[in-house]
Amino acid sequence: MKMTKLAIAAMCCALVSTGAFAGKKATDTTPEQDLKTYQSFFLKRFPGVPLNEFGNGVYAVNSIWRDNWKAIEEFPPYDPMIDEGETMWNTPFANGKTYGSCFNNDPAQRKNYPYWDDARKMVVTLPMAINECRTKNGEKPLKYAKGPITRILAYMAYKSRGQKINVVIPNKDALAAYNKGKSIYWARRGQLNFNCGSCHVQSSGQHIRTNVISPALGQATGWPTYRSKWGDLGTLHRRFMGCMKQMRAKPFKPQSEEFRDLEYFLTHMSNGIAFNGPSARE
Amino acid sequence: MRNTARHATIALSLAALFTGASLMPQVASASAESVAKGKAIAWNRKQGNCLACHVMAGGESPGTIGPPLVAMKSRFPDRKKLFNQIYDATKSNPETRMPPFGTHKILSNAQIEAVIDYLYTL
Ligand code: HEC
Ligand code: HEC
Repeated sequence: MKMTKLAIAAMCCALVSTGAFAGKKATDTTPEQDLKTYQSFFLKRFPGVPLNEFGNGVYAVNSIWRDNWKAIEEFPPYDPMIDEGETMWNTPFANGKTYGSCFNNDPAQRKNYPYWDDARKMVVTLPMAINECRTKNGEKPLKYAKGPITRILAYMAYKSRGQKINVVIPNKDALAAYNKGKSIYWARRGQLNFNCGSCHVQSSGQHIRTNVISPALGQATGWPTYRSKWGDLGTLHRRFMGCMKQMRAKPFKPQSEEFRDLEYFLTHMSNGIAFNGPSARE
Repeated sequence: MRNTARHATIALSLAALFTGASLMPQVASASAESVAKGKAIAWNRKQGNCLACHVMAGGESPGTIGPPLVAMKSRFPDRKKLFNQIYDATKSNPETRMPPFGTHKILSNAQIEAVIDYLYTL
């Protein structure tokens, strides 16, 4: 019953124009305006879904999938991986120092990322900060899409659960990075000529074959994510790459400037929603 | 000068006649073979993958992004209009989510024609 209501809600909004965000130049609206526009778009599109609930992705908007997922979350497949991450956190590097030395001895750092580093004029993400901690201490950097980095991320995300997203855009240079991320989001690309919003804004909640598409709102909250398809944890940028491949476009590299700016834009959209990683997805 | 123009006009109308002539019989009675080919293309995930977004009678787990493709003959009596929608949907709706199958060379013109033959059976 609930499902039908949601489906109908999604159907009747299918024709909603996204000219409000899609047609314009990135610089036409401010981040504050964007935040209002996007959040109210999704809250209207999915009536009855509270803001924070969007952190559960597709399961916030589709009750059939939600039941299945709730069963999975009873015995989360990522649990042992959080423990592996905790071990990494506590194991000293060859020089005797630990990750804690780079992070105030507190793994609950999620709320501080991504942020604008004004000295370096770049967006810094948590995976990047983890690797910078490693190299500063004489260790090799970890690969960014999957593998050990997802373990330490899982532990830090777990310890940060409940922290509210609050991405700040402090000045003109940061705004330029935000706008770059926004342009990347809305640029049509690949053989199929999609932009990210074709699916996650315009088609959110709808079926694409058997898949139901999650709303853009809340998409940055639950990382790293355990995907049944991967059989493992992966990072947000790994997911970006997968979606770009679906568009039949050449993906950017994990932690490239493009993906960091995209993350900056996408995370800002979810300001006010709680971080809830790691998470499980189909 | 005038002459050349006149020749060009004649050539153009002749060309129109010929393309018209070659298209007409196809519209009247698409071969079963072409219909089957069009259906295969429309359902194939690597080709048309129309089912990703459209309900098409008999197609398994269709998407809900585009309108159901039903009663195509009565809704699209003009074959050219249907061709254009598939060839490049951004022409009629710049914000469309439907891929421009012709412009982006996802399908050849011949493949689109076969898909249309199939659509006219829906
Ligand atoms: C052709 C449709 C399509 C396009 C275009 C697309 N995606 Fe996706 N995306 C999906 C599907 C399907 C899923 C898996 C189901 C879901 O939404 O969680 C997904 C999942 C995601 C997720 C994970 C959500 C979660 O809760 O785990 C993120 C993040 C994401 N996409 C971001 C993007 C970005 C950024 C772009 C553009 C670079 C993009 N997508 C383009 C279809 C698409
Ligand atoms: C990713 C989504 C998507 C795919 C794939 C797709 N379409 Fe569409 N289609 C749409 C949408 C959305 C519309 C609504 C009108 C618009 O936005 O252009 C549409 C409209 C149409 C229409 C007009 C229907 C009407 O009732 O007005 C036809 C005909 C059509 N599509 C045929 C096809 C065919 C044939 C294919 C495959 C070769 C296909 N579509 C693949 C999304 C898609």
